[in-house]
Amino acid sequence: MNADVTLLTIFVLAVFVGFEVISKVSTILHTPLMSGANAIHGVILVGAILVAGHAEGAVQLTLALAAVVLATVNIVGGFVVTDRMLEMFRRPDAAAGREAGKQAPPVRSRR
Amino acid sequence: MTGTPVWAQLAYLVAAVCFVLSLKGLSAPRTARAGNLVGAAGGLIAVTTVLASARLDNVGLIASAMVVGAAVGAPAARRVPMTAMPQLVALFNGVGGGAAAAVALVEFGRTGESDPVPVLLATVFSVLVGCISFTGSALTFVKLQELMTGAPVTFPFGRAVSAGLAVATVGMGVAVVPTRSTVLLAAVAVAALVSGVLFVLPVGGGDVPVVISLLNAFTGLTVAASGYILDNTLLIVAGTLVGASGTLLTKLMADAMGRSVLNILFGAFTATATAGGAGSTAAQHTVRTGSPEDIAILLGYARRVLIVPGYGLAVAQAQHTVKELSDVLAGRGVDVAYGIHPVAGRMPGHMNVLLAEADVSYERLEEMERANGAMTATDVVLVVGANDVVNPAARTQPGCPIYGMPILDVDHARNVVFLKRSMRPGFAGIDNPLLYDPKTTMLFGDAKESLAKLVAAIKAL
Repeated sequence: MNADVTLLTIFVLAVFVGFEVISKVSTILHTPLMSGANAIHGVILVGAILVAGHAEGAVQLTLALAAVVLATVNIVGGFVVTDRMLEMFRRPDAAAGREAGKQAPPVRSRR
Repeated sequence: MTGTPVWAQLAYLVAAVCFVLSLKGLSAPRTARAGNLVGAAGGLIAVTTVLASARLDNVGLIASAMVVGAAVGAPAARRVPMTAMPQLVALFNGVGGGAAAAVALVEFGRTGESDPVPVLLATVFSVLVGCISFTGSALTFVKLQELMTGAPVTFPFGRAVSAGLAVATVGMGVAVVPTRSTVLLAAVAVAALVSGVLFVLPVGGGDVPVVISLLNAFTGLTVAASGYILDNTLLIVAGTLVGASGTLLTKLMADAMGRSVLNILFGAFTATATAGGAGSTAAQHTVRTGSPEDIAILLGYARRVLIVPGYGLAVAQAQHTVKELSDVLAGRGVDVAYGIHPVAGRMPGHMNVLLAEADVSYERLEEMERANGAMTATDVVLVVGANDVVNPAARTQPGCPIYGMPILDVDHARNVVFLKRSMRPGFAGIDNPLLYDPKTTMLFGDAKESLAKLVAAIKAL
């Protein structure tokens, strides 16, 4: 099989997987999901490391190292900020347990 | 992946599976946090693998660059206030696009002389789209941070200039293939950087989140193209996953706002002036204001109260006070719920994050359809710092810019109380007829102070 065709196959299958995995997401999670996907493309860091490791000359090396810095900001910051957002969505009982020392558990109203 | 050891290829496969599971986990509230951690683990595996398997020069410099990046990214993500989080995500997205474009540029400088045509095309794509994502995202940051106006910025012949530049950029990109000219590719990069700015300028502040999501998808595809250039399947898979899911997410967000993506991107060029009627409406009608005590009686003796929070609540940092108010009401036996519009806040789901930060149980949060279903049985709707998402003009006035946007039908409730800073219209700049409705009571002032006054007045009942 032609190497390019193999890569094309991988690409097309990944498109379908990408559509499929998030097809039933609730609006509540749109923001964290965008942020998580944003962190995942920070894996360009792998590419940045590769080109920085093979760079020839000052111009290439500078540009490649800039790419390493930017990609690291993307991947590290992306996963950390997503975690911070999702920390807010902890389960109510867990929240009450964790905050027990600080404040009373949330008052439930009658339905 | 010639030259990559088999164990490293397998490790990349594990990382790719982590990313798929991560997106899957992020789609459901119960598994979201674990999903994100699985994604982070995938990233860690990928970076460890490349460092351990590839023969690299400049390892010391690379490590230093990573330390610098982590030292910038992690504290920024830790310290950002939750209200400013959408623009930080935009910024992270932009730097990712910039990195992918830089990777393609460097690789072209090294092997451009001998690259086959498909690789050259991928290089041009990566540089072009990565640069657009870089400056486009930076501009969305500037808009959301309110360093410039959030309103659409248009200028004479804006559309012609943007289109002309786009054609010129693509033309230069195509010319890179036969000439293999580094200068030409650099020109493509510069033109694309300018295009990114022109692309986002005409987008109105309320629509910016959709653009961030679209640029996120762009960056994903850029990463996939860079993966093809470097013959790295992990980058292809991860980039494509984000590109596909990001595209779908962009469409879901636009649908939640009752808009099409094309209308959001190019609407400002074709929009006609619609603000004309606002002044006259305000002149003809009077608004009814109430004292905190009046409103406290209304709320304290209600059976069901629906709180509709908007971005005004977030900027006043009033999440905790609104929670206090709902606790006081719940203590009196009032059934309190929160009606959350899909685009409340600055991004879909942003309001849920802000309320969760104040420990509001998410069982109290009602999505729009459910809140609308119970609206006629609702005694009082308390609108805190929101406007456009409850504007009945979206249902009744064809031709107004938000016509057709799904809204919370708070005009169907028995009473409506608005906590607002002033009569100034909302983000979309449209007058709200509900403000002049006889069943509406206004309480002007800072959302947090007004809520605190209401809490005190209800306690005194």
